[in-house]
Amino acid sequence: MLRINNIEVVYNDVILVIKGLSLHVQGGQIVALLGSNGAGKSTTLKAVSGLLRPDNGEITDGDITFMGERIDRKDAADIVKSGLFQVMEGRRVFKDLTVEENLIAGGFTRKSSCHGANLERVYHYFPRLKERRRQISGYMSGGEQQMLAIGRALMANPKMVLMDEPSLGLSPLLVKEIFHIIRMLNEEEKTTILLVEQNANMALSACHYGYIMENGRVVLDGPGKQLKENDDVREFYLGMAGHKSFREVKHYRRRKRWLS
Amino acid sequence: MNLFLQLLITGIVIGSIYALLALGFTLIYKATDVVNFAQGELLLVGAYICLHTTVSYNVPFLASFALTLVFTFLMGFFIEKIFLRRMIGEPVISIIMLTIGLSSVMRALVIIVWGTDTRTFPEVFSQVPVVVFGLSISRVYLYSIFAVAIFLGLFSLFFKKSKIGVAMRAVACDQQAALSMGIDVKRIFALSWAIAAVVSAVGGIFLGNINGINTSLSHFGLKVFPVVILGGLDSIVGAIVGGLLIGILENLAGGYLDPLVGGGAKELFPFVIMVLVLMIKPYGLFGTVKVEKV
Repeated sequence: MLRINNIEVVYNDVILVIKGLSLHVQGGQIVALLGSNGAGKSTTLKAVSGLLRPDNGEITDGDITFMGERIDRKDAADIVKSGLFQVMEGRRVFKDLTVEENLIAGGFTRKSSCHGANLERVYHYFPRLKERRRQISGYMSGGEQQMLAIGRALMANPKMVLMDEPSLGLSPLLVKEIFHIIRMLNEEEKTTILLVEQNANMALSACHYGYIMENGRVVLDGPGKQLKENDDVREFYLGMAGHKSFREVKHYRRRKRWLS
Repeated sequence: MNLFLQLLITGIVIGSIYALLALGFTLIYKATDVVNFAQGELLLVGAYICLHTTVSYNVPFLASFALTLVFTFLMGFFIEKIFLRRMIGEPVISIIMLTIGLSSVMRALVIIVWGTDTRTFPEVFSQVPVVVFGLSISRVYLYSIFAVAIFLGLFSLFFKKSKIGVAMRAVACDQQAALSMGIDVKRIFALSWAIAAVVSAVGGIFLGNINGINTSLSHFGLKVFPVVILGGLDSIVGAIVGGLLIGILENLAGGYLDPLVGGGAKELFPFVIMVLVLMIKPYGLFGTVKVEKV
């Protein structure tokens, strides 16, 4: 469905952030993109959704196709219209607007006549938003704001959703709830999801396929279960190395392979 | 008491026109981060166009009013498209210089086309004042208050209920998030200018009906600054409340202080308020307090 082919992204004409990254998302799947801070996960998502320009970024090489069509030169608005929607990092709800107005803004690319049905659908998944439909969204809790951010995506009837760290700053219980919702969207709405996460454990359990990024390129990929079993992933991302003495330099050597 | 009420009503009329101007200013500032020094000239052009169509082509007032709105809408739209669009991402000072330049150009164009004489509208509103509770109020004042109230009502409805209006507020709130939703931010920018030009023109037309029109009408653009500073730069409610307050206060100051100090208090007072507000409450009555973390 989405194919990123060997792209390079440069910020401010000099800083090379993504160095030849390729990945492929199959329709109907949840695909996770993991990596440490600064690996280039968010940049990858922005490259796909056409949001690099406000950050002074540019795709200098490679191409991105969505449903067989090249989108790397398209405007953000056209990309949303073609069925690809990004839920941005940090929720980014419109703080001065009420919940319902936020949702209507989310459905901007759809005709006003579809808003009623779409609102009902969002309220079906998030009953809590229905209770607070008239509330100013800036006053809501982090979890509710995240629900609103996902609800906004639903308003656009997307075929595929890019999610940038939906678990950011939420309590463990809420993280569980959000992931439950993500799985539900995937199963019931048949929405394809590309998920960027720091919470490797949750993401790998939820996804069908995963990619791991370091320093602007993919270093490892495979089905979610398989990645979860991988020794390196267990050690560096899941913190399950067992007891180890600092003398064991073997760890160090293996780690180096990841960082080069 | 009678003097007070008379001053109060004049203040409300002038204040409501300030409110319209400030609404336009705030709209542009909120959506596009541009400080518009040409707001008064938008008002000037609007007033002259309405005058021109009524006087030279004998169009009935209401029709020429509507025509003016359409024309100023397009004018605002294209000013953004042609001049401001290129300035996105440029330093603030360059953008301010551009709007100052625009204001000079527009004023000069008005002088070239219509000259500098004061001209008056043909009698649109009957001169016979209305008497309410023993207080005679000129009809044009009443219509003006009425029209401004209708416009403000329409706009608040537009911002609350329509998809485009909600999108405009969304852009003002968080541009990049709005962009990620497929909202065409550039079109929203152009639309903000268009609406700002329209509300200014409405203000200009009524001012023209009250006092007559000449190029000094554009000085009203400067009064926008005390208004928006008092109301809070980025608040639409603030623009309206601030407009009314400044209008009323300056008229009261004019009525009561002018005899004591020998004139000029009316012109001075709004700016005294501005300086005081900046000293005591720099974000105004309704503005967002920005806290910068270092």
